[in-house]
Amino acid sequence: MRTDRAVSPWQLRWRRFCRHRTGMGSLVVLLLLVLFVASAAPVAWWLSVDPYETDLLSQYAPPSAAHPLGTDDAGRDELVRLMLGGQISLLVGVLATAVGSVIGLTIGVIAGYFGRRLDAVLMRFTDGMIALPLLPLLIVLGALDLTKLGFSAEFAHSAAAGFWRVVIIVALVDWTGIARLTRAATLSLKERDYVRSARASGGQAAYIMTAHILPNVATPLIVAVTLTVGRVILFESVLSFLGFGIVAPTPSWGNMLNNAQELVTTAPALAIYPGLLIFITVIAVNFLGDGLQHAFDPRSER
Amino acid sequence: MSLVALDNIRVQFPAGRRTLTAIDGVSLDIGPGETLALAGESGSGKSTIGNVVAGLQRPTAGTMRFRGKPMDKATTRAAQRAIQIIFQDPFGALDPRMPVSSIIAEPLLIQRIGTASERADRAADLAEQVGLPRDSLNRYPHEFSGGQRQRIAIARALAPDPALVVADEPLSALDVSIQSQILNLLGALQQARGLAYLFISHDLAVVNHLADRVAVLYLGRLMEVAPRADLFATPSHPYTVALLEAMPRIGRRHRRAAPIGGEMPSPLDPPSGCVFHTRCPKVREICRVEAPVLEPAPGRPGQRSACHFKE
Repeated sequence: MRTDRAVSPWQLRWRRFCRHRTGMGSLVVLLLLVLFVASAAPVAWWLSVDPYETDLLSQYAPPSAAHPLGTDDAGRDELVRLMLGGQISLLVGVLATAVGSVIGLTIGVIAGYFGRRLDAVLMRFTDGMIALPLLPLLIVLGALDLTKLGFSAEFAHSAAAGFWRVVIIVALVDWTGIARLTRAATLSLKERDYVRSARASGGQAAYIMTAHILPNVATPLIVAVTLTVGRVILFESVLSFLGFGIVAPTPSWGNMLNNAQELVTTAPALAIYPGLLIFITVIAVNFLGDGLQHAFDPRSER
Repeated sequence: MSLVALDNIRVQFPAGRRTLTAIDGVSLDIGPGETLALAGESGSGKSTIGNVVAGLQRPTAGTMRFRGKPMDKATTRAAQRAIQIIFQDPFGALDPRMPVSSIIAEPLLIQRIGTASERADRAADLAEQVGLPRDSLNRYPHEFSGGQRQRIAIARALAPDPALVVADEPLSALDVSIQSQILNLLGALQQARGLAYLFISHDLAVVNHLADRVAVLYLGRLMEVAPRADLFATPSHPYTVALLEAMPRIGRRHRRAAPIGGEMPSPLDPPSGCVFHTRCPKVREICRVEAPVLEPAPGRPGQRSACHFKE
């Protein structure tokens, strides 16, 4: 673009993103995945199958017109369960990463920008979080009785409670890396001359953080965040495996994969489908991060 | 009335258990449309004064006045609009993630002046005024050379129509040929807009070219404040004399090859009496005991210097 009319930075970023092929491709793949998981209900209706109803007479059925990907160990339609499980897995991945990143980003920028006492307190807190042994913490948080926290018994045992429990647990333990990364970057950025000239013009802390610090920590941050999405999706499966996350009969790619472990010899497809979907998602998110990084860093030419 | 008046400013920083006094007892005035140059070696506190004037450094003691008013909330806001700063390093002074139009319009955005499209128009006007190519606006800082970046920084500083620009060594990082271009640009902008400059430089040749008045700093204290012509023709303070001696000039043999010996003492542990006494060729007993005050040189009321044996 060589025009003499100013275009907003976001438009410039979008144009740069559009020129990044793998990034664009990944965006398309992710949109297709969303479309795939969103079509669970219509497809179930169209095939007239109930993804929760067990049918022990048709275990491990091969693909057929009624069951395009066959059935699982309980005779349930595999395709529709993959779609439903994807809804949970993608939502957990995105939400937990988003919440964790916002926590980490906020703590990191505030600690780095204001420094001194606040920095010391926030960073010791972060170190403390890193030092906590993860597995016992997960078990404790997972076993927490929600009715004692004032939630109704009905909610505490619903699928939604399990879902939010996973999101919150993951978000609470997975923000420390992003906080440290952001703090380190903020420490060096806040002494730059462009930050000082913005301050001389009357720029307040909130303006400087959003206009100068966030765009400049974006590059390392995007890498960290995209890696987190993949990790969170796998993390969810660990929690489900321990019995604390999304528990049967609600499907998620994580618990479908775990479930298929012992069946690898009898029905390998049951492990391959969710594994492949997790794989595609993680790869696509990483390439999307690549594209975003390119869009945000004007110096990366290609 | 002076635009900015510093009165007895002191700036101290904690350095471990001790305190470092970067600036001590500095009083200066900058008039509208005037160029006041701050000269001195590195470490003399030039930039710290610039930071105080630009509102980046709160003085430990002393007061700053803007258009005669003390720096309360409203005056500070007015000063943030009327005083802008440009820096030495044109690579660090521009956010690499911002397109040029946003960089130039930033002070307007911060101060909520105009609509987005008015700000974009103003950025385009300013880019033209400082001599940037027409297609610069949507490009990013890394696509420009050092001189062009300094032009961008100048356009940014001009955006809110300031009365004073603090220029902290704006030429030192540039090639000599580019230096003169930027120097001419600064001069032309001053003519056109009636700008005042607080021009911080260690290069006395540049100071001689641009300044109306010169303040010479040493170890955070004012040694001499004088109109440019007087300072260069009849320097009053021995430190000024030494600085002028050290200035390279075409066609001049190195007559007296003993300018100033030694290093500047540490600001953590400044010498007693006159801070320059450790290096001064005219040093006497009184210099070690009593700090001289800034007073007019004999017969030249406009030229003040802090020396017991001023000329």
